[in-house]
Amino acid sequence: MRPFSYQRATDPAVAVQALSAAAAANDALTKAAAQPLAGGTTLIDLMKLDVMRPTAIVDINPLADGWSAIDPGNDGLRLGALAKMSDVAAHEEIQRHYPVIANSLKLAASAQLRNMATLGGNVMQRTRCSYFRDVSYENCNKRNPGSGCAAMDGVNRMHAVLGASDQCIATYPGDFAQALVALDAMVEITGRSGTRNMPFSELHKAPGNTPDIETTLRPGELISAFSISGRWPRSVYLKARDRQSYEFALSSAAVALDVREGTVRDARIALGGVATVPWRAREAEAVLKGQKFDDGLAQRVADAAFADARGRRHNSFKIALGKRVVARALQQAVTMEI
Amino acid sequence: MPDKSSSKQSAFDRRAFMAGAAGSALVPITARAAAEEARAPVAQDPSLPVDVTLRVNGKDKRLSIDARTTVLDALRDHLKLTGSKKGCDHGQCGACTVLIDDRRVVSCLTLALAAEGQEITTIEGLATDDRLHPMQQAFVDNDAFQCGYCTPGQIMSAVACVKEGHAGSEADIREYMSGNICRCAAYPNIVAAVKQAAPEIMKG
Repeated sequence: MRPFSYQRATDPAVAVQALSAAAAANDALTKAAAQPLAGGTTLIDLMKLDVMRPTAIVDINPLADGWSAIDPGNDGLRLGALAKMSDVAAHEEIQRHYPVIANSLKLAASAQLRNMATLGGNVMQRTRCSYFRDVSYENCNKRNPGSGCAAMDGVNRMHAVLGASDQCIATYPGDFAQALVALDAMVEITGRSGTRNMPFSELHKAPGNTPDIETTLRPGELISAFSISGRWPRSVYLKARDRQSYEFALSSAAVALDVREGTVRDARIALGGVATVPWRAREAEAVLKGQKFDDGLAQRVADAAFADARGRRHNSFKIALGKRVVARALQQAVTMEI
Repeated sequence: MPDKSSSKQSAFDRRAFMAGAAGSALVPITARAAAEEARAPVAQDPSLPVDVTLRVNGKDKRLSIDARTTVLDALRDHLKLTGSKKGCDHGQCGACTVLIDDRRVVSCLTLALAAEGQEITTIEGLATDDRLHPMQQAFVDNDAFQCGYCTPGQIMSAVACVKEGHAGSEADIREYMSGNICRCAAYPNIVAAVKQAAPEIMKG
């Protein structure tokens, strides 16, 4: 690991000041000299691998007093960015009113990592692409812009079938972000000029020609909270993976429905494990909305979700698997007791 | 094949030898003056050691360390608490699991500086006097290990698993112990040990 200075931020202004002071105007956030430390489960790991090389660490854990509240209300939910994954997953009201959130968190990582990792850090976690994580591969457009992509012609079984570009096919690895994107969450961002809110779906950027720029956050900005309107008790997070527990998704689906008398009034579908960003399947939702639910409809919705999918040498199975995951998640959501 | 009887009689103690060798390579760091003014929350010169007080198993330990030091390395290399094991060093295997403020975490991805002011409990802090902790005893009773390398992490994780209320069924134990990998695959016996110890731990 390369040397860094360590600074503990005792209030948001100090954190923002320290993070922006070290940033050059054109820094990609992931390359910024100063990086915030929350749970550390991504950052310290990638620093040990020499993938991330900050020269300054700003420990934002002292901000937890103000930034870790879990506030379920009648009209919606607010989650502080420094709330721990395990605490949100175990929260009874989250389990009852937002099962898609509770389960996306419970099915992620391990008990130890969920005790450490925060919600804000979780959505900012970086891809598990093995070529990105191993610096002995020189060609990685995410690490070294313009160097190429070792995954294109490499072993790309784990890579994305949706949202890829000819520069990068790395999968967004998380689970919780799919729940947020499905529920039209807003993200609150704290920066030098105070806080701003934007749709969470605008946080992550598809790779396009700049896979090194992963989010719309700028250096010096921190995620401080997430918010969701309404309650979504009829919601499911289904995750298919290579082992039963403690593994990233091969394919996952976050589904939230409003079903009355057998008719789907509202539908939200997001996909994980198969795309470069937390993926909202709006075309699939359109097929589902207003219809009477049956297994044939579930299949047509699943087909719509993967209509634009493009497989590569080793990952085409994700298209067939992903469709089954969507169909099964819909069946589970329709039949669940609430 | 190693000769078991002779290794038993040997006066050679691998751990004492290793600890002695490591200890002799450690030079006490005296450049404290600069580090003192560099204390958090002000960013310090990365080339200087930083003073930190870690509370480990109920005792305060003052250290002067490189800012890059993890809790795991602070325990093993600076405090000679070698019970916590370094497996993958990337948060994937669970061998380094300790409790921080009673929550299980992987110490290999926790910076020592970030753990200041918190209560760290390691495998060395579980037993009271000469009595094993119920989870340690359960691992012995159920033969819940073979090589033993993952065992300290398994036991720390298991203690937390029970206290979290996640040891109510075998399925729960398997799910909530999945962050601790056992290369010898002693999993059925580990599940049995957690089941045995759970009621006693919950009794307090």
